[in-house]
Amino acid sequence: MNNMTTETKQVPILSIRGLSTQFSTPSGLLKAVQDVSLDVMPGECVGIVGESGSGKSVSFASVMGLIKPPGQIAAGEVIFDGTDLRKLSAEALRRIRGKQIAMTMQDALTALNPAMTIEQQLLEVILAHDEDIAAQPYWQKKRRARTRAVEVLALVGIPAAQTRLNDYPHQFSGGMRQRIMIAIALACKPRLLIADEPTTALDVTIQAQVLELIASLRRKLGMSMVLITHDLGVVAEQCDRVVVMYAGQVVESGLTAQVIGAPRHPYTRGLLQATPRVEDLSAPVRPIPGTVPNLINFPAQCHFYSRCTQRTDACLAAIALTRHADAHDVRCIQIEES
Amino acid sequence: MNAPLLRVEGLVKHFERPRSLAQRLTGEKRSVVHALNGVTLEVQRGETLGLIGESGCGKSTLGRAILRLVEPSSGRTVFDGQDLSAMNAGQMMRMRARLQIIFQDPYASLNPRKSIREIVSLPLQLHGSASAAENNEQVERILQRVGFRPDQFDRYPHQFSGGQRQRIGIARALVSRPALVVCDEPVSALDVSIKAQILELLGELKAEFNLTYIFVSHDIAAVGHLADHIAVMYLGEIVEIGRTLDIINSPQHPYTQALLSAVPRLVPATVRTRTVLIGDLPSPLNPPSGCKFHTRCPVAMPTCSGESPRLRPLHLETSHSVACLRSDTRE
Repeated sequence: MNNMTTETKQVPILSIRGLSTQFSTPSGLLKAVQDVSLDVMPGECVGIVGESGSGKSVSFASVMGLIKPPGQIAAGEVIFDGTDLRKLSAEALRRIRGKQIAMTMQDALTALNPAMTIEQQLLEVILAHDEDIAAQPYWQKKRRARTRAVEVLALVGIPAAQTRLNDYPHQFSGGMRQRIMIAIALACKPRLLIADEPTTALDVTIQAQVLELIASLRRKLGMSMVLITHDLGVVAEQCDRVVVMYAGQVVESGLTAQVIGAPRHPYTRGLLQATPRVEDLSAPVRPIPGTVPNLINFPAQCHFYSRCTQRTDACLAAIALTRHADAHDVRCIQIEES
Repeated sequence: MNAPLLRVEGLVKHFERPRSLAQRLTGEKRSVVHALNGVTLEVQRGETLGLIGESGCGKSTLGRAILRLVEPSSGRTVFDGQDLSAMNAGQMMRMRARLQIIFQDPYASLNPRKSIREIVSLPLQLHGSASAAENNEQVERILQRVGFRPDQFDRYPHQFSGGQRQRIGIARALVSRPALVVCDEPVSALDVSIKAQILELLGELKAEFNLTYIFVSHDIAAVGHLADHIAVMYLGEIVEIGRTLDIINSPQHPYTQALLSAVPRLVPATVRTRTVLIGDLPSPLNPPSGCKFHTRCPVAMPTCSGESPRLRPLHLETSHSVACLRSDTRE
């Protein structure tokens, strides 16, 4: 089964090519994700940054095959470890999802089932995917799975994991619930973890704990990761590369130091200037004027046009993502080639 | 001598939890949530005081207790020379024209069945003595100032985005010409670019309307940009208070240090000493003895569990005060 073990550093574990996801609405077609391409290398952490409506969550819901009508993936390939996930049957996809690729959802309270104990929720994943445990005789399975559940809960730092297995999600604090989500995601040792805003609802102190935990687990398990967030600070501290999304498109991507240290797209620059920084209180905070455009029946033009200070009439045509020096991709025709 | 616009003395708020029948029959004592435990602070006219801390530390309760939106259990609030805690409901009602609040959730805090003109004119109908025409003129002026076009005045909240709704909340708070506005997490629900727009608007309006803000937020960077002074709260108490630059650049309390070190930075320091706090905020139902932070404090001493530190100035001349036994012993 695993004949692709001679993996070199150059082969991405996840490669998204030209992904487009759209929703048909009564008022027209909403292209939530348009021609998104990105790679995640083995062991790498890629940050996906964008505001509400940028398409960052929809992109990865598409990767996981979670788009339901009226939504529809219109085009693109999602290649995970050499296989195009979009061509797989529902059953084959189910075997990869949760086992090889795991995803944690933004709001742990709504993502966890309130009527099931955390033991039931953990065992569900472990019994569905863990081959060692599946090979056990049936009277052994549950006991072994429970041992594994306690192990992963301890791994994510839930104190007295053994005694808390029978608790329900509401009996845990927000930080603990996020840890349980991560435990469920990690229960089958996935090769890729997609974390959708793992710390947005948490206090900074708890956020630091959770991010530290994810980083150390990533080092320990050699896992690749996609971190979806709107917080540029979190990206700066956690990610090797960043992909900035705006209104359904990738507008800039590159190494974290490049994108945050020397941003080239006017939106990325605007976003950085709009972020208050504790390390430099004297730096003025400049808002980006205007709001995100409504993407229903949106014309083929630069998506940032209405809010951009550098726009010209040439921006009213479809703009391609262009590669600049050092694999720094930018979707803007106004920046000079360096 | 400038009298402060607002002086809060020993404000306490305990929420009592109802007992179940079984608990009542067995004579079990009521459990009490200690939301505020003797908070004392001053806010000068025209300044912005930032209140920061983790969820559950009592910062929102403090903002609301100052306005008597929650009734304090004890303590005094003096606003512009008048003791708010001694006022009856009618006096307090009249006072509220000058004490306003902007809420966190721009969805839940606006009546969905009223147009934004109606929403913003309500404070004037309650407090104003002017004619309806004059009120309307004032409503239109403030709506325009916060960024609405005249053709939008008769629309309903659901027709606006989150950032625009927060502008409606701001217009409603400012239309009665308040002196003090409590901003309770006004930008927490907003996207980065919209957040910056609202922060800028709040800054401009403060200058235009001579406002004094109490800015409650867990977003330390945003507070750092807007506030002149910052008070750091932990389990219902102020553990450190001082000028913004002093708090951000040289925090003295171990909790403030841990809180600040946890804020993600765009330019990660080359060598970062991050103090990761262990565990969650203890339950305010059953707060720890002595210094409430001793259970999570990286530098706790044996005495910390017994003795409660008092908020004391670091030096005689500064406004920077800390409640920590370690700073006390250092002197």
